[in-house]
Amino acid sequence: MSTLLVQSEAEILEALAQGAVPEEVSSGYDWFLLMPFLILAVGAILLLTFTSLFRVLQTRNVPAVITAVTAASSFASLFFVWRRVDNLGGAELILSGSFQVDAFTLFVTGVLCAAVFFAALSLAAYTSEQHIAMVEWYVLLLISAAGGVLLVSAQDLILLFIGLEVLSIAVYVLAAMHPRRETSREASFKYFILGGLASAIFLYGIALTYGATGSLSLAGIAEAGVNPAGLSPQVNASMILVAMGLLLAGFAFKVSAVPFHFWAPDVYEGSPTPVVAYMASGVKVAAFAAMARVFIAGFGNYVADWQPVLAGLAIASLIIGSLLALGQSNVKRMLAYSSIVHAGFLLLSVHSLAFKAVNGSKTDTSLDRGSSLTDFSDVRSFLFYLAAYTVMVSGTFGVLSLLAKGDDGMHSLADYQGIAKQKPFLAGLLAVLLFAQSGVPFTVGFWSKFQVIWSAARNESYLLAGLAMLAAVVAAVLYLRVVVSMYLKGPAETVSITERHAEKKRNVSSSARAMGLTAVTLSVAATIVWGVAPNLGDSILDAAAQALTIL
Amino acid sequence: MLELVWLIPAFPLLGFILLTAFGSKLGEPMAGWLATIASLGSFISTVLVFFALKDLPAQERFHVESLFTWIKAGSFSVDMGFLADPLSITMCLFITGVGTLIHLYSIGYMHGDKNFSKFFVYLNLFVFSMLLLVLGDNLLLTFLGWEGVGACSYLLISFWFTDEANASAGKKAFVTNRVGDFGFMLATFLVFTSFSSINYADIVAGSSELSAGTATAIVLLFLLAASGKSAQLPLFVWLPDAMAGPTPVSALIHAATMVTSGVFLLTRLNPILAQADVWATGTIAWVGAITALVAATAAVAQNDIKKVLAYSTVSQLGYLFLAVGVGGYVAALFHMITHAFFKALLFLGSGSVIHGMHDEQDMRKMGGLKAFMPITGFTFILGWLAIAGVPPFSGFWSKDEILAYAWNADGVGGKGLWVIGLLTALLTAFYMTRQVILTFFGRTRFYDATPQELAHAHSAKMAASPGISENDTTEFPLVVEQQYVTALSEAPETDEVDEYLPASYRDRQEYVPHESPWTMTAPLVILAALSVTAGVINLPFSKDLHFLGHWLEPSLFANEAHLELSAATKWILAIVAIAIACTALAAAGAVYLRGKYPPEKIERKILADAWRIDSSYAAFFGGPGRMLFVVLTWFDKTVIDGGVRGVAKVSSLFGSGLRVTQSGYIRHYALGISVGSLLVAVWFVTRLFQ
Repeated sequence: MSTLLVQSEAEILEALAQGAVPEEVSSGYDWFLLMPFLILAVGAILLLTFTSLFRVLQTRNVPAVITAVTAASSFASLFFVWRRVDNLGGAELILSGSFQVDAFTLFVTGVLCAAVFFAALSLAAYTSEQHIAMVEWYVLLLISAAGGVLLVSAQDLILLFIGLEVLSIAVYVLAAMHPRRETSREASFKYFILGGLASAIFLYGIALTYGATGSLSLAGIAEAGVNPAGLSPQVNASMILVAMGLLLAGFAFKVSAVPFHFWAPDVYEGSPTPVVAYMASGVKVAAFAAMARVFIAGFGNYVADWQPVLAGLAIASLIIGSLLALGQSNVKRMLAYSSIVHAGFLLLSVHSLAFKAVNGSKTDTSLDRGSSLTDFSDVRSFLFYLAAYTVMVSGTFGVLSLLAKGDDGMHSLADYQGIAKQKPFLAGLLAVLLFAQSGVPFTVGFWSKFQVIWSAARNESYLLAGLAMLAAVVAAVLYLRVVVSMYLKGPAETVSITERHAEKKRNVSSSARAMGLTAVTLSVAATIVWGVAPNLGDSILDAAAQALTIL
Repeated sequence: MLELVWLIPAFPLLGFILLTAFGSKLGEPMAGWLATIASLGSFISTVLVFFALKDLPAQERFHVESLFTWIKAGSFSVDMGFLADPLSITMCLFITGVGTLIHLYSIGYMHGDKNFSKFFVYLNLFVFSMLLLVLGDNLLLTFLGWEGVGACSYLLISFWFTDEANASAGKKAFVTNRVGDFGFMLATFLVFTSFSSINYADIVAGSSELSAGTATAIVLLFLLAASGKSAQLPLFVWLPDAMAGPTPVSALIHAATMVTSGVFLLTRLNPILAQADVWATGTIAWVGAITALVAATAAVAQNDIKKVLAYSTVSQLGYLFLAVGVGGYVAALFHMITHAFFKALLFLGSGSVIHGMHDEQDMRKMGGLKAFMPITGFTFILGWLAIAGVPPFSGFWSKDEILAYAWNADGVGGKGLWVIGLLTALLTAFYMTRQVILTFFGRTRFYDATPQELAHAHSAKMAASPGISENDTTEFPLVVEQQYVTALSEAPETDEVDEYLPASYRDRQEYVPHESPWTMTAPLVILAALSVTAGVINLPFSKDLHFLGHWLEPSLFANEAHLELSAATKWILAIVAIAIACTALAAAGAVYLRGKYPPEKIERKILADAWRIDSSYAAFFGGPGRMLFVVLTWFDKTVIDGGVRGVAKVSSLFGSGLRVTQSGYIRHYALGISVGSLLVAVWFVTRLFQ
């Protein structure tokens, strides 16, 4: 924490030197507003400390329970912070203006907490089954989530970078945590090297941004765009354009958009399955939210420059992702490509929301936003997708963790044959989640895809909307393949016999398995309930969407 | 009473929920009765709503009952609302009416199935979805119903999923329908951007301002959607395969109700069709006409009793599209209703035959069944006369009206549509007569030795007597092939090999085909009565007898084409149609009853394969279409999988600190990322110079 404070102080000085002090810097730190972040960060430290001091805490599922409770308390604290922020006027800048608390960041934090909650419960079942239970899984998970909160709340590129790294490094380690799987280490290795490359690109983008605008805070960057004080316009423009390109590339890597996606299939296949659940949900959600925030709040003046790039990335992700997914025979790899397609949908969503979020805030500041709902309904569909996607993907990989056979290496379509007969309950849950991901009506997946395509069509991006629909159609076939394997084909008997022996020997803790089942059942319930009544939590979504639009 | 319209879908939904919860506890037959009562409740509420609607003045028969706002996002808002108007209530009447009868029939048909209650769960869910489709007051609700009926259809086709054929038929239906759904979604968005709403009420109100281009695009996209669901060219391939499901499913979903939803949708959107270019509606008519003809020719050469009916359904649906395309909405609805009656009757009749024949579906092994199953036989014959277009049975009236509209439609291809329609009528009468003769008349071929049994017996005999020369062995398969020609009139010779015939042959001699139980025959009798008499709802003799036409008028907003034919023309057209039907009946009788002409000359292989359309698709997606995937998979294998294999090697090398630079994979990935970054950067640089 202290490094952060020092960092922020340096920021203030720097900002003062340029005479661009953000107006809303509060005197003193409103620690209460940091509560959701503090619970996660301090929770991680306390978990590590106390489990080291008292060995008894390491036994059974205590670390998993503590993690789930921590995530839940952080989630609960959001409501109090929300009320406080609401009373203070909707958005509060703290930590010397580098950390923003508003409905948008609180919403995404909530989604992150949910991802941690699901992943912790799945981890409990998984690690107990694989006999690799260690407290470090959970500590890293909480640390990563704390990094994610920093990432989405940052109003300052340095803090944002710190958040990104804290989020990522913990996940690199998590990917390598399966002691018996070579591929787990390989995955981590690859993820780390390529992640390092992406971070370097990102950092270079930050440096160029500073060079071009003389500021690192999003407000300062936006300000500089309006009034490029002192700098020659030509230099300023070229530098900031390249800077945006590099920042975008960095984000695109994190969200695994084509052509920055190469790592995803390998890493998803190799990493322990519950970690993939978090990787696909938490990491992606945080990166997407930060991307939207940075480009809307910081680079809103250049929307005409970066919006087409988003369109290009979205098109590439939708097409390449869905076509490559069809050729896969490994379920985890297939889902990696499916998550690339989801990334395409989310990029499309950011592309659409840019039309109004930027124009609404810059050109027409006098607009009464309370009455013009249309202005942030695009943002709304983006947030809806983030939340829905987290629920579905956490659940899907949660079921996969429970189905993990051997050393979590048996996820080919052939291994899934006949699961419906052996494990009808899990197969049913997985089928629902896969159908939801493919966008079947009465599931949350339908509404999320529907709204994104809708908002693209409303903004007259017909080509993109059409492509997204086509991708949804193709993707349906891919999810169907898994379901067909589970339900319509007999089990590959050689596998099941050896497996049954191995499973008997394993002596899985039933309470751990119950935790895993709880997680996936909850996610299926949410998928259906929210799918039948998509207007649940409307006011929260509206407020969060509004917060990104007002800047 | 109108506000009770929500009760119509509520009954089957309630049935579905109760059966999901308690179905297996109730067991057989209570689960079936519960489902039937749910469907009956829905039928009774429909009748009540029907009378309430009828009491209103004609122009007010457009009642929207909004239950609540379902989803609201910005300017986009969807109500959970039901639209009760003559069109939707007409659909509901026959969906719930025929649905109830088929539920009742299924109690008998599914007797002894281990998933008895699950079957009724799906059946009630289907009825609910279908009613949602029809009653929804906006395109999104219709779409939800549309997807719902699709899902039930896949589930029920694959109901006996232990059978590989059923599973793949279910998959084919799924994939084909996704193509259609794509059209539906695109069209819906186009509707929203044009009308700022997807409510039917707003579409009706705003349609006059729609540009012809947009309307054409919307119509063509909805045509794609309708072609998927209603099994028209080029997407009809799934329906013949869908007959792998239980027969009541074929009757309810794949003949009477679901497959007509495409026609319903186009009729519902008649204000948009009216604005579209003439060639758009002409396309609808031609798609229908060609489908009708192609499917009818295919039906001629099928030997499976259900496959004949399946192709016949595709063909009759083609008639409906033809009618909609030339603006004959009432004719389309009329034929949809009569078709629902007689096709459901024929399917249920064939199910009764299959039931009584120990699951035999090959018509070549039937014959003379009228004596064994009098009720099934009699009702089936009534259904046959109805579909063949023999007056005064219902099919004659409705088909005649479509043909009259085809004659009337000069704008889109002259009299070509009418000629094709007439040709289809000829073929229809022919293949239906063939089916009836092969099944119910002629010699009972049930006890004959099958070619397989004969082949078995011959080889057994040959093995037993080594003296027979080689020539006999090679000629033998030909003998088997020729069986069918002579089999119509005389039984194959078995004396020589009698003692070698397998046990299956002997077992069969003990078995007597039997009539089905009353739960199965009662629906047959009711449907037969309706098939005979349903023509009265829209008789052509005077304007006053156009009951259906007058009733539907408020839903069609004067978009119905005007039939400008003199009485004399109408009479001539009718007489031509009757003559055609009688010719076909006589011809089929000559071929199949009296053996005047060898059937092989008619039943060509290419017809049996439905002009090889289905296998061409398979060949394309297995060949050229697959190339794309091959290329992508190659890329994936070489770059990505190759990388994975490289990794295993490299990371161990890396661990021992050797030859780190020989990485095969990270370089590739990093290259990808760098090239991507470069591309993005280049884009931004190009922005500089603008």
